[in-house]
Amino acid sequence: MGTTASQLGKDLLSEYQVTVFCFVFSAYKRFSELLGKDEKDVLHERVPMDRILTLPELKSNPFRKRICYVFSTSDSKNGSLTFEDFLDLLSAFSDSATMEIKSHYAFRIFDFDDDGTLDCGDLEKLVNCLTGETDETKLTAEEMRQLISNILEESDIDKDGTVNLSEFQHVISRSPDFVSSFKIVL
Amino acid sequence: RHREKRVDGDIVRRKRGNERRKGASRAEEGESQTRPERIDRGRRKRTRSHQDTKGSEGDEEVQPKIQSGRAAKTRKHTKNEKTRKKEEEEKAEKGEGKERHGKRKKTSASKKEREEVGGKHTMKEKAQEVKRKKHMKVPSEEDDIDEEVDEEEEVRPESLSSEELEKLKEAVDERKKLIQALRGKPWPIKKKCVILRESQEFVEKYEGALGKGKGRKLYAYKVLMSKKWMKFQRDFENFKTACIPWEMKIKEIESHFGSSVASYFIFLRWMYGINMILFCLTFGLVMVPEALMGRPYGTIPRKTVPRAEATSAMDFAVLWDFGGYAQYSVLFYGYYNNQRAVGWLKFRMPLSYFLVGVGTVAYSYMVVIRTMARNANESGVGDDNSFNFNWRMFTSWDYLIGNPETADNKFASITTSFKEAILEEQESQKDDNIHLTRFLRVLANFLVLCCLAGSGYLIYFVVRRSQKFALDGLENHTWWERNEVNMVMSLLGMFCPMLFDVISALENYHPRVALQWQLGRIFALFLGNLYTFIIALMDEINLKREEENIIKFNITVWEASLFNGTVSVNSTAPPVTIEPADVPRGPCWETMVGQEFVRLIISDTMTTYITLLIGDFLRAVLVRFLNYCWCWDLEAGFPSYSEFDVSGNVLGLIFNQGMIWMGAFYAPCLPALNVLRLHVSMYLQCWAVMCCNVPQERVFKASGSNNFYMAMLLVILFLSTLPAIYTIVTIPPSFDCGPFSGKQRMFDVIQETLESDFPAWFGKVFSYASNPGLVLPFMLLMVPILHFCTLRWFLKSCNDLFYILFKQNEENKKKNKLAALKAQMDLEEARKGSSRTAQQQKNSPSLQDQESEAFYYIENKKKIKRKIECKNVI
Repeated sequence: MGTTASQLGKDLLSEYQVTVFCFVFSAYKRFSELLGKDEKDVLHERVPMDRILTLPELKSNPFRKRICYVFSTSDSKNGSLTFEDFLDLLSAFSDSATMEIKSHYAFRIFDFDDDGTLDCGDLEKLVNCLTGETDETKLTAEEMRQLISNILEESDIDKDGTVNLSEFQHVISRSPDFVSSFKIVL
Repeated sequence: RHREKRVDGDIVRRKRGNERRKGASRAEEGESQTRPERIDRGRRKRTRSHQDTKGSEGDEEVQPKIQSGRAAKTRKHTKNEKTRKKEEEEKAEKGEGKERHGKRKKTSASKKEREEVGGKHTMKEKAQEVKRKKHMKVPSEEDDIDEEVDEEEEVRPESLSSEELEKLKEAVDERKKLIQALRGKPWPIKKKCVILRESQEFVEKYEGALGKGKGRKLYAYKVLMSKKWMKFQRDFENFKTACIPWEMKIKEIESHFGSSVASYFIFLRWMYGINMILFCLTFGLVMVPEALMGRPYGTIPRKTVPRAEATSAMDFAVLWDFGGYAQYSVLFYGYYNNQRAVGWLKFRMPLSYFLVGVGTVAYSYMVVIRTMARNANESGVGDDNSFNFNWRMFTSWDYLIGNPETADNKFASITTSFKEAILEEQESQKDDNIHLTRFLRVLANFLVLCCLAGSGYLIYFVVRRSQKFALDGLENHTWWERNEVNMVMSLLGMFCPMLFDVISALENYHPRVALQWQLGRIFALFLGNLYTFIIALMDEINLKREEENIIKFNITVWEASLFNGTVSVNSTAPPVTIEPADVPRGPCWETMVGQEFVRLIISDTMTTYITLLIGDFLRAVLVRFLNYCWCWDLEAGFPSYSEFDVSGNVLGLIFNQGMIWMGAFYAPCLPALNVLRLHVSMYLQCWAVMCCNVPQERVFKASGSNNFYMAMLLVILFLSTLPAIYTIVTIPPSFDCGPFSGKQRMFDVIQETLESDFPAWFGKVFSYASNPGLVLPFMLLMVPILHFCTLRWFLKSCNDLFYILFKQNEENKKKNKLAALKAQMDLEEARKGSSRTAQQQKNSPSLQDQESEAFYYIENKKKIKRKIECKNVI
């Protein structure tokens, strides 16, 4: 522990602990496992997306790439994560994170084109993610149209053809099981 | 003060607008300012933007930068810059006068406050605010704050008025609050850290300065203590999470099977906790005192095995049936002596027994209701179908799923749920053959009722038969005949649910509705069985009591004959010592009841384990290994692997608990047995789930049903305490066994204690207090209080709704304003360009916007009206 703890100074640790919901130290251990042998600098190293996706917790998640993109702060938008990004991710998905944070990130994850609203294209992609890639589970075009129009009918209060963040949060906040299912435990 | 500010909100916002404009003008003014300062500012700005954009560089790189920023700030404190700044300040403030200073302070304070409130505001607003802050704060306002801060520092030492001090204190408090609320903000961690550091620095800087005079030490002490307390709390929280047993096991299952299977194990763990406490109560306050301080075994008749049974008392078969030595031990009611106080502690044994019996029930009620209330709070508005599609869409994925197979099942189930929803939506318009469905449903319910009645009759029949066997003497019968009751009950509990499942296929309900019906039916079945069992038991109790009367009479005859016999031999010497084993004794119905329950629990546990081993493990083994040499694919085809049946297991657990509550009074060992059972089933089921079950095809979410389980538990608790309390209150205890022997009723022990252990006035007060004249008004008082409590809860939920609507409204207004502003600007631009077509084009979207806003507004109004109606109803 001595060598691993040395990089994550006590001050930094407590600082992180104030700002995130998850346990920093376990996240740190997990993150340093993700790093290769030659990458010693845990705090500043960037882990490429492919390696993040090998985490068993993310492996079968249909939104795994979106999760990486949303939490990545990299300039080149390649979905690679630093330790801090990783902490952000775990914090948002942790047990004790608030509904507010969770819904915010959920919105960003579902917003596939990053334009700040969920339009028809986003919703379609979302449905395709949820139904899996195989042909037998895919919805037909007619079903898809019906589904999206139903969704917009319910939640699109200002009738602009898209679901914006506040509408999304309004919907999510009423859901009984969003908070319990929107979590990832390491 | 706070309220004032909030009321002033609008004004402040307007002021902010002014401020912004002022900032702009200041920037213009800044042109004339001295060069070095601008450069300094520019550099700081650059560092900040650098930080924000280049998050990729690690912390250590940022830190020096921050430090350089800090250095820039501290550099200000050096004389030259300070004076320069002062000049500049004066220059800037010349026009506005002193007023502005106060205003600015207020603005900054309000900004912080808005940050606080931001937690409740919508993200978008916050994001906007953040952006705004980034844009404005960095160039001008940041400096404003710094300057202000510097000013305050300059002024502070001597001439700080109490009002300013107050303000400073408020600012510090707000910063602290910000630090606390920081983790609840959806910002990147980098930004959080920067804000945290700044705020901490601010707090540290000014905290010490606060309360310079008299209160300083106290304040510092308070701060220190609060810090320590926070740390302690955090550590304690960590400790608590580390102490939760089986956490890793459950997490593992959760990641394989999703949250619904895990919810069963969490429920099991919760149950284990409750039983642990019940066990501690009965073990610590009843069993151990009696065993240690009560009279030892063999001293009195009730603590001795009767002569007739003595030969077989140690046989395993007898012990397995909880007869023999097990029956005459602390495990059962009959063993306890009615001695008022035992041991050197003068422990009031009968009283303790009674209070523990009542206490276990009271504790269970408390825990269940509290958990229900907490769950209700968490889940918020429950059955609301208005966002059916959206919830399916946005919340159906269980992010905990880490197993590809489960994920595939989940995909399939989501797809079917989408299709179902679409179909439902389509079908809600047209109605199909309603008569046929109705007929089928009635038929199904009729069949289920038949099943229930049949099972009830079967149990009644079996119990009566077993009584006949018992009268004949158990030794003459086979194993099956002796254990018929328990076996029949377990088998019914096993096969009837399957039957119901088949029947429910007739009904053509939606799966979730079907599940609820299924649960309700199983519940009815178990309940019916349990109550039939109890009614049969009641009959038996009555039989035993008749028997007891006869024996009582016989004993008096026997004693008289004994007495006469001894008198004739020797009148002074003590009578011949009779072995306690030879004394005739009553049947002791309480022990009988306890034994029945213990046997029931044991056989229930056995059936559960055996079905687990055969139904799951053996099946899995067969399917796995016979698959190599079988004609069809066993894994995919008919037998396949079993699924984990969450609802059935939960129901089993709940009924098991109901039996514990029912029988615990007559068999103090029941909680201990149950703890053992739960402990074993935790490990066994965890293992079985992981090794031989496949993920469910229909993956249900757990959280929705949590309170449903709790509600069932509450119903069972009520129903199981009912017969227990009935027997305690109405049936007189046996005359020669148990802690209450010799009393008219069991609860007389309270009366006795009051009379002999408490001063006379206390008994008097108690008798007055229990007078119906006092109890009745008290209950009348309780009703409005209860009503008020529920009302308040309801109002709170109403208020939440109000708040949401209000927030939406506000947002709308702002949007409206923005849209209007944009439209105006567009219009002007268009006019400048003087191109008619362009003007029309640009106008139309904003018009649409406004229209939709108006529509939204109307809808909101409707909602509010509805809410008001519901308030009026209350």
